[in-house]
Amino acid sequence: MNSFKFLVAAYVATWLIHTFYIGTLFSRYRRLRQSLKELGKRK
Amino acid sequence: MKKLFLILAGVTALFLAYASYLALKVAPTDALQGDVYRIIYYHVPSAWTAFLLFFINFIASVQYLARTKASLQKAVQWLVLAIGVIGVIATFLPQVQALLPTGMRPSAVATTVVAFPAFYFLLGWKFPGDRMDMLALTAAEVGVVFCTIVLVTGPIWARPVWGIWWAPGDIRLTSTLVLWLIYVSYLVLRRFSNSAQTQIIAAALAVFGALDVPLVYFSIWFFRTQHPQPVIGGGGSMDPRMLHTLLTSWMAFLCFAFLVCWSRFRLELLKREAEQAEAMESLVGAGTAAKASVPLSRSAR
Repeated sequence: MNSFKFLVAAYVATWLIHTFYIGTLFSRYRRLRQSLKELGKRK
Repeated sequence: MKKLFLILAGVTALFLAYASYLALKVAPTDALQGDVYRIIYYHVPSAWTAFLLFFINFIASVQYLARTKASLQKAVQWLVLAIGVIGVIATFLPQVQALLPTGMRPSAVATTVVAFPAFYFLLGWKFPGDRMDMLALTAAEVGVVFCTIVLVTGPIWARPVWGIWWAPGDIRLTSTLVLWLIYVSYLVLRRFSNSAQTQIIAAALAVFGALDVPLVYFSIWFFRTQHPQPVIGGGGSMDPRMLHTLLTSWMAFLCFAFLVCWSRFRLELLKREAEQAEAMESLVGAGTAAKASVPLSRSAR
């Protein structure tokens, strides 16, 4: 059974999903910092 | 705090690398499935982590709803205590033990029952006020990520082993998909609803959604499914090296989930601070505008 590619696919998919989610967290954090900075400037 | 986070992140990365090494190199190859069975070292820990996070979301949602009234909060506290005490005593009664599926240990059921009041009081103490709602949101979001991994890695394993990607009508598979959909709708509600009642509606949805978790977990105990029957605690046997790898992998994923939840919680905290600051600014702006308009309106009179 040539199942090795499925094993690799599952492991890669897992880390892709985690990386994508952590990426969205970073981008949300950056946007928030930016809006907080703008808010500080307006004050 | 930042230093502690970085240290924990480093330790978790090493732990995950070690778990992956065990999964790919140390654990023996399965005689029937070959190497593809090694997917369980990611699939099963992700499922257990998702269940734990949905359980935390459930507890946080119950707490949040209970906090809406002081009398209700007291009543729920007593109810949770009663569930813990009666549940533990009941699991050791022969009549109740007869109802448990073959291979399920009463001590394991008792531990799960005790976890309910333990988590309830621990979270209630550590997350006061609005932080409980933030915890519920964090746990649901990270839980959905882990549940997505379960739903992706499961079919990848099933294709070479079963010959199909998905077994339509299989209760374990269907209930897991429903669980994922429930929590995705929870997140959609949190994201797009601007009503003042959103947090309460979401908490109520989470309480009902959590009812699907035991159905998912016990489906393979009570029903005949295409999905493999329980091996751990279900009367099956597993090579000690495989069990060691599985538990190590779960611990590593738990550490990882903890760090992700920490980051997500901090983000939510910052977001609410920004919202408060913005609201304050618009309030001050409105006040200044009102002051400026007073002489105008007086002169108009």
